[in-house]
Amino acid sequence: MIDLKVQLPGLNLKNPIMPASGCFGFGREYSQFYDLSKLGAIIMKAATGRERFGNPTPRVAETSSGMLNAIGLQNPGVEKIIENEVPFLANYDTSIIANVAGSTIEEYELVAGTFNATKDVHALELNISCPNVKEGGIQFGTNPSMAAKVTEKVKKASNLPVYVKLSPNVSDIVGMAKAVESAGADGLSMINTLTGMQIHLPTKQPLIANKTGGLSGPAIKPIAVRMIYEVKQHVSIPIIGMGGITSAEDVLEFLLAGASAVAVGTANFTNPLICSEIIDALPATLEKYGFTSVEDAIGKVVI
Amino acid sequence: MIKKESMQVISSKEIAKDTVEMKLENSYISETAVPGQFLHILLEGHSLRRPISIADVDKEKKLVTILFKKLGSGTEQLAEVNSGALLDVLGPGGNGFTVDTKGKSTVLLIGGGIGVPPMYYLGKTYANQGINVISVLGFQSKEHVFYEEEFQELGETFIVTNDGSYGDKGFVTNALHKVGKFDNYYSCGPLPMLKAITNKLQEKTGFISLEERMGCGVGACFACVLPTKTEKGYKKICSDGPVFDAREVVL
Repeated sequence: MIDLKVQLPGLNLKNPIMPASGCFGFGREYSQFYDLSKLGAIIMKAATGRERFGNPTPRVAETSSGMLNAIGLQNPGVEKIIENEVPFLANYDTSIIANVAGSTIEEYELVAGTFNATKDVHALELNISCPNVKEGGIQFGTNPSMAAKVTEKVKKASNLPVYVKLSPNVSDIVGMAKAVESAGADGLSMINTLTGMQIHLPTKQPLIANKTGGLSGPAIKPIAVRMIYEVKQHVSIPIIGMGGITSAEDVLEFLLAGASAVAVGTANFTNPLICSEIIDALPATLEKYGFTSVEDAIGKVVI
Repeated sequence: MIKKESMQVISSKEIAKDTVEMKLENSYISETAVPGQFLHILLEGHSLRRPISIADVDKEKKLVTILFKKLGSGTEQLAEVNSGALLDVLGPGGNGFTVDTKGKSTVLLIGGGIGVPPMYYLGKTYANQGINVISVLGFQSKEHVFYEEEFQELGETFIVTNDGSYGDKGFVTNALHKVGKFDNYYSCGPLPMLKAITNKLQEKTGFISLEERMGCGVGACFACVLPTKTEKGYKKICSDGPVFDAREVVL
């Protein structure tokens, strides 16, 4: 019997698989395809202080082994999410992680603090790494002292464990990780998308209206694995890993690099059943490579 | 309800320049699809599925017909798929046209280019229920024209080509004066065409089908939204649409 359970701050996961923020909405659409109680956790789409409409369309474009997106954090605002979306997800036997976004430190504090009002959210993912909004977001995610400051403020505003979502668009990912760990982060979530661009030859125009977007999908997986491995050597807080996962083998690779759980993003678009299929395949994959549990595999890369 | 289904390719042929007609077999989708809905088709090696509108359904034979134009790597790959192959499809997707015959005697269909296909299944459904169907179909040029006879079987049909190589020269809006009285209009085509039509026919009740590059195709990713005059302020094309009341959306 392979043990898939993972214990993380605030999260008592039955398995390490969760859909990534922004790739699963608030779960309703995917609940048509399988029982969401099967998931280890669900990371909700980003919440901001007020409703945001987001960027002009087209907002997505396919790339080699991945995609670019520039949605622009469209969401109904934190209060409506608590009122309309959290109660729906609370019907399922899974952990709920809220993704907290903002343009200013005050907005991050406001959004994080507002989630104190519901007992159904188990942890926060602090989104300091969205590449697709003009202000805030990635500015906090590329400067270690800004990242530390927003982490500290959000920790004070919230009574939930905080996982800081790191941007790969930095030269020193370890420095960023250490900065937010020192500021009180309970865990890390990495990596967000890499800023990219693609040009359509017939029109000579960028393929997405925002010109640039966040690159995700299998194309970025080796970057994610490398960054998780490097960060794991230098921090003691747990890591939720993500970046191009499409199979149980990919999950094991992230565990070996040092992730304690993983999020699946773009692959939900290719196959809406992917999280469920990975959960089914994970025990045999762990067994095949000689592990008896998920916890047994974490950080076990052989160097 | 949208489901992940396997559809077998029964036939595939090029029926006009760069335009392929493909017949796919699947009982669930053929039984449940309504005019205006789409299939979200996975092609090996592609991370994003391709949304293709349903052009016709034969419930008895369990067949769904799609018509698509080879416009990029995904549709070119789809055109190469042989009969007998299985396609991984999410469908039927979105909300289609509401077919309501009450108080109606004539409906007008206006299709432009690859926006013509969803008009066919809608027109056929209305015609089968005894409603007069008038069609105005626009194409780039003679070599792009398809389904002219099929639409003629439904009712009076006007063909327009941009270069005048077949039918009237110009855009579908140039041919609207030829159309007699009608109750509602239905349209699908390029955005500039839809803007011109909704503007010209603003006194009429109309329903339009929109397209946009999609991510998930099920309403989760917010890639294909458009502004609306409704309270919420936006709609998702893949799951709230692709069919909208012409007066509700901001084009």
